[in-house]
Parts: sequence; C-alpha cells; structure tokens
Amino acid sequence: MKREIPLIITFVAGVAFVLQYFIPHYPFSRFENIFSDWFAIVGAFAIWLGALSLMKLSLLNISKKSHDWPISLVIIICFLSIVIAGAIDGYHGLNNVPATSFRDPGTNFDWLYQNVYTPLSSTMFAILAFFVASASYRAFRARNTAATLLLFSAFFVMIGRVPVGDYLSGWLPERMQLSHWANWLMAFPNTAGQRAVMIGIALGTVSTSLRIMLGIERSHLEG
Amino acid sequence: MDRLKTLLFLISVVILLCFPAYSQTDTPTGLAGDAKPMIESPAGPPSVEAKDTKNDDGSAIDVSWQLSADDQRLVTKYQVLRSKSLAGPFEVAGETTKGQHIYTDNGVKVGESYFYKIAAVYEIKSADSTSVTGTGESQVIGPIKPIAQWFNMRRLNVLIWLLVTCAAILFYIWQAKSGKELYVRKIAGIDAVDDAIGRATEMGRKVFFVPGIQDMDDVATIAAITILGRVARICATNDTMLDVPVSRSLVMVTARESVREAYSKVGRPDAFKEDQVHYVTDDQFGYAAAIDGMVMRDKPAAMFYMGGFFAEALILAETGNNAGAIQIAGTNQPAQIPFFVAACDYTLIGEELFAASAYLEREPKLLGSLKGQDFAKGLFLLAIFVLLILKIFGINLVSIMEIS
Amino acid sequence: MKKYYYWFILIALIIVLILLPKPLIVSPTVSTTLTVLLGLALVVVLVLTLRGHMIGRRTVFLFIGMSLTLPFFMNFQMPIKVSPEVQTLFDAMAKLPSGSKVLAAFDYDPPSAPELQPQAEAFMAYAFKHDLKVIIMGLWPQGPQQANMAIAKVLQQPGIRAKNLRYGVDYVNLGFQSGNEFVIQRMGTSFSGMFPRDIYNTDYDKIPLLNGVENFSNIDFVFNLSAGYPGTVEWVQIAVDRYGVKVGAGNTAVQAPSVYPYLSSHKLTGLAGGMSGAAEFEQATKEIGKANTYILSQSFSHMVVIAFIIIGNAALFVSYRKSKQKGA
Repeated sequence: MKREIPLIITFVAGVAFVLQYFIPHYPFSRFENIFSDWFAIVGAFAIWLGALSLMKLSLLNISKKSHDWPISLVIIICFLSIVIAGAIDGYHGLNNVPATSFRDPGTNFDWLYQNVYTPLSSTMFAILAFFVASASYRAFRARNTAATLLLFSAFFVMIGRVPVGDYLSGWLPERMQLSHWANWLMAFPNTAGQRAVMIGIALGTVSTSLRIMLGIERSHLEG
Repeated sequence: MDRLKTLLFLISVVILLCFPAYSQTDTPTGLAGDAKPMIESPAGPPSVEAKDTKNDDGSAIDVSWQLSADDQRLVTKYQVLRSKSLAGPFEVAGETTKGQHIYTDNGVKVGESYFYKIAAVYEIKSADSTSVTGTGESQVIGPIKPIAQWFNMRRLNVLIWLLVTCAAILFYIWQAKSGKELYVRKIAGIDAVDDAIGRATEMGRKVFFVPGIQDMDDVATIAAITILGRVARICATNDTMLDVPVSRSLVMVTARESVREAYSKVGRPDAFKEDQVHYVTDDQFGYAAAIDGMVMRDKPAAMFYMGGFFAEALILAETGNNAGAIQIAGTNQPAQIPFFVAACDYTLIGEELFAASAYLEREPKLLGSLKGQDFAKGLFLLAIFVLLILKIFGINLVSIMEIS
Repeated sequence: MKKYYYWFILIALIIVLILLPKPLIVSPTVSTTLTVLLGLALVVVLVLTLRGHMIGRRTVFLFIGMSLTLPFFMNFQMPIKVSPEVQTLFDAMAKLPSGSKVLAAFDYDPPSAPELQPQAEAFMAYAFKHDLKVIIMGLWPQGPQQANMAIAKVLQQPGIRAKNLRYGVDYVNLGFQSGNEFVIQRMGTSFSGMFPRDIYNTDYDKIPLLNGVENFSNIDFVFNLSAGYPGTVEWVQIAVDRYGVKVGAGNTAVQAPSVYPYLSSHKLTGLAGGMSGAAEFEQATKEIGKANTYILSQSFSHMVVIAFIIIGNAALFVSYRKSKQKGA
C-alpha cells in the first residue's frame, strides 16, 4: 500500500484539476482553490524541513571542521541575524498603535534588506553581464552555416536594440535601418522558434503529466 | 376681545417662526433658504440588458446598456444598481467610467433573481472633498437568474485537442506493450550522461545535479527527479560522489527518497548519505551564489542542470564551464535554452527533457507515450499548415470556429 | 607578484571612481576621447589575437566593466526611437480617460530593478499626471516595496506634488499575495477576497478608491512589470484569456523574447522589453528618467560584446590556419 496510496492520490488530484478546468459548476469550481490553499499550507510548513536541514548540515561542517566550515559559519550567522532581527521588529511592531510590520521602513529587518540583501542580489544578477560577454565570446563562432546564421542574428539584434544602431543607420530608409532588422528578427524568426518550443514543451508536459497520473511514470517516487 | 386677538396674533407669529426651524435639516448649513446648488442631471441610459454570464459557476451576470445621450457632455461615471425586488432597495453593484457600457456583476448568488438599473452620474467634487451629483436612471429590468453551466464551451477546442493527444498517447502505449518495436531518435545529451559520470569517476571528482529552482508542482522538476534517479544509480554503481543542492524543501524530500531508492536498487544502501541531497535557499540568486561557491571549491567533473531555471541559468553554466566540468542541461523555460546552448556541452531542448526518462529507461510504456506525443505534434503541424493555406485563400477558419 | 599588480590597479581604479565627486560628467570632447581609446584598445586585442596571443576571460570582463562604467561619466546624447510594441503600450494608456482605474502588478524584485524600476517610475508619473487611479499589487514579495519606492520618487516631481495626491483616493497599494497564478484567477471573482487589507492593514471596504472595484470587470487596464514567474505569461493566460481584461507589460530583456508570441497574437497590449524598452517607454511617456542614462551604458557594452565576437571569430580563423599549416 505504501506505493499505491501516493499513486491513488496523484490520480484523484490530477483528474480533479482537469475536471475543474472544464466544469465551472459547483463543486468543481472550488477544487482549484482548495488544492492551491493546501499546497500553500504544506509548502509553508515544509520550509522548516529545508531550514533545519541547512542548519544541521552547517553545524556538522563546523563541528567537524570540514574544508568549507567558514562558509557554514557565515550561513548560520546570516540566518540567525535575519530571523532575530525580524522577530524583534515583529514583536515591537505588535505593541505599536497602530500595529506595524517587521518589513516597514526604519526597522532592523528593512535595514538588512535594503543594505545587505538587495545589493547582494543585484550583484549576482549583474554578474550576468560579464558572463553573457564571455559566453558570447566562446559560443558565437562561425564553425558552420547554422552557427554563422546565429552569429549574424546576434549581431543585428544586439546592435539594433540600442540607440547606437539607429545612430549608425539613421541615414538609411526606415526598412533598412538596424532597429527595423532587430524588430523583424524578434517579431518573426524568434517568435516562430519560441512558439515551436512552447508547443513541444506543452505536449511534453501533457505526456509526462498523463504518465504520472496513470502511474506509468513513478521513478520520482521510488528512484 | 382685543386681548384674545393679540394672543391669537402672537400664537400665529410663533407658529410661523417655528416652520423654518422644523423644515431645517440636521446639517449645520444655515437656514432652509440656503439650498444646495442646482446641478444638471444627465439623461439616463435609454436601454439596459442583463443576462446570465456564460461558462461560469453561476456567480455572475453581464449587464450592458446604451450610453446616455449626455455621455460625452456630462456623465462622470455609470453606477450599476442591483436589487432582489422590483421596488428596491437598490444597492451599487459596481461602477464604470464614462464611455463604458458593459459590466459583469460578480456579487450574485446562483439561483437567486435580481433586478438591475443603470444610473448615469454627473459628479462635481469640491475642494473640501464633498461632492454634488446629478443622476439620470434607466428603467428597471429583470428578473434575471444566474445559472451555473456544466461545461465551459469556450474550452471545447482545448478538450478536443486534449482528448486527441491523450488517445494518441494511450494508443501507442498499448502498441508498445503488445511488443511492437518503437524507434526513438538519438538524443545526444542523454547519451552523454553515462560518459559524463564515467569522466567524474576516472578523475575522482564529484557529480553535481541541480534540479532547478521550481517546486514539486512544476512538471519539469518531476522530470528532473526522474533523471536524478538514473544518475544516482550510475553514481552508486561507480562509487562516484553525487551532490544534489536543491532550492525547495519539498524537492529536497522527494529527491532524497529518489536517490536513496536508487542506491538501494543497485545494492549500495550503505553508500547513501542524507546530506548528499541538501537544501540551500529558496532565493534565486542566493541559490546561484551558493552553487557557484560549491563548484569553485569542489571543482566537479560533471554537472547536470535539469528542471526549471530562470536568470541564474547562465551564472551556473558559466561557473561550471570555468571549473572545467562537462555540463548537460535541460529546461522547459524557452528563455533559458539559448544560454544553456551557449554555455553547456549538451542541451536538452524543450520536450527532450520530458523524453529523457523514457529514453533512459527504455521501458515500452514510456516509449509508447513518446510516440503518442510526437503523433499529437504531427497533428498540430498539419492543423497549422491547413489553416495557413486556408488563410492565404481568405478563409479564416479560426474565427469561424470561435466558440463564445 | 606581477598578476597581483593588475588586480591592485583594478581595485584602485574602482575606489577612485567611487570616491570621485558626483555627478561627474565629462565634456563631450573627453567623452569622445574615452570612446576612441576604448575602441583602440579593442583593436589592439584583435591584433594580438591575430598574432596568436589568445586572450583570457578576465580581459573580456575588464572591457565589459569599463564599457558599463565609463558611460555614466560621459556626455552623449543619442536619439531613441520608440519601437512598435512600446508605442502600442503607450497608445493603450493614452486612450484611457481621466479617472480610469489601472491595476499595476509589480512582479519583480531588486535584482531586476535596473530594467524595470525606470518603467515603473515612468508609468506612475504618467498615471498621476493624467489622473489615472492606480491600484498596486504584487505576486512577488518585494514587488509592492518597489512600487512604494517608485511612488516616493515620482511624488517629488513639482508638477505631481502640486496635485496633492492622496493615498487611498488616487492610488492604493494592496501588497503581496502568495499563490502565483491562483491569485490572478481568484481576483477575477473578487479582489477583496485575495486582498482583504492593503499594505498598511486598512480594510478593503474602507479605501475610497476601491469602492465598486470588485474584480477585473471594474479595471480599465492592467500594467504588469515582470521579471519571471509568476508574471506576464500568467497574466495573459488568465486575466486576458479568461476575463478579457487588457494587459500591457514591461519585462526584463531575458523574458521579453518568450512573450513575443502573445504580442503578435494581440493577447498582450504592448511590451517594453529590457533596458531599451524602458528607455523607449520613457520617451513615449515623455517621463525621461534613468533608463535614458543607462541605455548609453548598454549601448557601449553591446558594442564591446560585438567586438569580442569578432575577436573570437578571429581566434577561430587563426586556429584553423595553424591546424592547416600543421597538416600541410
């Protein structure tokens, strides 16, 4: 029964979701709301599994002095700082009249968010700029016809999507300008490719979902 | 007699003086003579129509009306007034700005009857936030009863395609089970899985498996866990270290079980360590930063990126490339596929990620579903081609088929 | 010791740039000189590559860093042409009469702010100047905070400050709600069911702007700023497809290509994609802001990436030539 019960639950939930999409009548209209509420509740409790696992692993690394134990120490310090700051601000906020949130401007949590988390996140996102350049330098080589087409497409889109493109080609008729070529590439070949990939992914999703619902695909349950 | 006349006169004066006092309202706005400024009322909408909203659960009524003759000149807004009886009282169900002539009232209950009228409102707001309004109302219409439909006809075309696709998949599964050989083309990325893990075994370095940043409700994550099971089996057989950092707690739990079962299946349950599958953080760039750090310190020989990825895809792939790892990626996010193609050695594009489990297991039922999926894709291509030809000849079949 | 010498120069340069008084804008002559020097440096790299000295990724990073940073100090004006998709977005907003209710969905976080925050500010400034009533919400936790930052910036403009806009009457922030696309679906039935209180804990029924706003049928336009999931795709699939509401969007450059199919099928009413879209949107709304400055940085970096693609292909041809010579 240990294997059968999850399969039965999967099948019932899958069928319920499909039915509610087509049948607006009560009680089918309520299924999606009920399931999404339960998923949110389970997800909210499940976060503790992950957080405790992270703490356990970090403490183990520190106690064993494994090769990256300073990283684990940083994890624990940062985790506890944010949690304690949020808890203290939340507690003080409850006592205010009217009640304020730990996220409000001026709180310690907000300070950590604005001055630590936001710059760090932005920095990681900004690294993409450098990695795009190094990936382009490595990948856009005219090794064959397809790669050459890719190279020229990248050239037109990159130069046409910034004002430099119009600055350099502004003297040409509008249909010959670089921005026009860039817009054409985005609107037609790119859209066609995106649509094809989306249709393929949608069909793959239907197929995989059907296999999971019917219990044909069960390796995610049992390895 | 004179005293009586005087008394009568005084009483009359008192009564006359009391009238203004009685006729005053409670508002401290002065005497009765100090009336509110007159404001022109716009003409009411000439006709109103209300009908049950189609394809819903009976909780909505569509109300439409002809615009007031003063719509451009005076009207500020229209109020949709609703009541359960013809005589009222009417409450404001909703408002629209001028020029609008349709409103869907979602505040009704299935089975109950409602009456509607529309008020064209002309409103002047003064500096002290008070407002003066002039209203022109339409006739009352009704009763209208919202009805719940048993089928959403707007989705009939989706149902037809879904049934066709499912029928194709089930047919080919049945065909595969009855012993028919099904051809599946070579997918280089999946063929390279064994070689990548073999490389890691020879170099004595780790294999990293990153199952994306989506939760278990995403099909791509489930597909990734399926591939993880296969990768874990090969790692267990070869005694190669496997590290699976995850971004979601539920994914951690599922992945752990999958890896544990994989190790048990090949007779190596002792080699499995729970901390091989570990939670990092839900935050997108925190996750990317953590994996980058692990990769730069541990220098894995093989990296697998399978599942749902977003902006962190290129950050992970480039870092893995810098570390010298062989990288195999697959995602269902069209926007990230180009980044993986540029930075990884092998990329599973689109539905190849979902085909991976069938391809690796080579089980007839799974291969049959792949065939069914391809059959459905062939039908889509045919439909697109036919509709394109018809459109060239001026026949727009899509609008003809549109179900309202 | 030699390799640390270069790191020392780089770090010193960064510190000098940070400590220099701001705003520091050099003259057009100096700007042109810096541009020419950058170009010459790229030519030197190309020549070195052709001679067989392959460059490492750190050189690429250095040039990208310079091309992104130097334009902030330059004085260049480049005309920005509004693309058709941004024009469609602007036209849809321009058609809204005064008093129209616009739902602004802020579905992004601080890392995407450089591309989307200028769009947010341009949108809020336009809305406030044209008496559009803005209802803000977010499917990402940090989205409503980004909205508050945009409003705080925009309210400092003299023209908007003079209007004495009031929270709860002219704009309201309903905050974040978890549930991804399910939130959009349930908003189709009831806004107050999903957002019983605003971000300041005021009851939905007590907010004057929300009187009569039950669901999407009371909204004239939805403007979505999106950096991923949940975002524009979900808004189109649910709000447009099921409830027929008009949705216009601002997206990050990475996400924009995958949203084009919805644009060409007219499900999406206009799209401002990436930094260039943000700059074009600012031009269209005449609310010139940071995107018009950042786009210069992006222009330079694009040119540098193109240059390195050419250099990379030069390296490829050099390697082909070497292998041919070896074969011969």
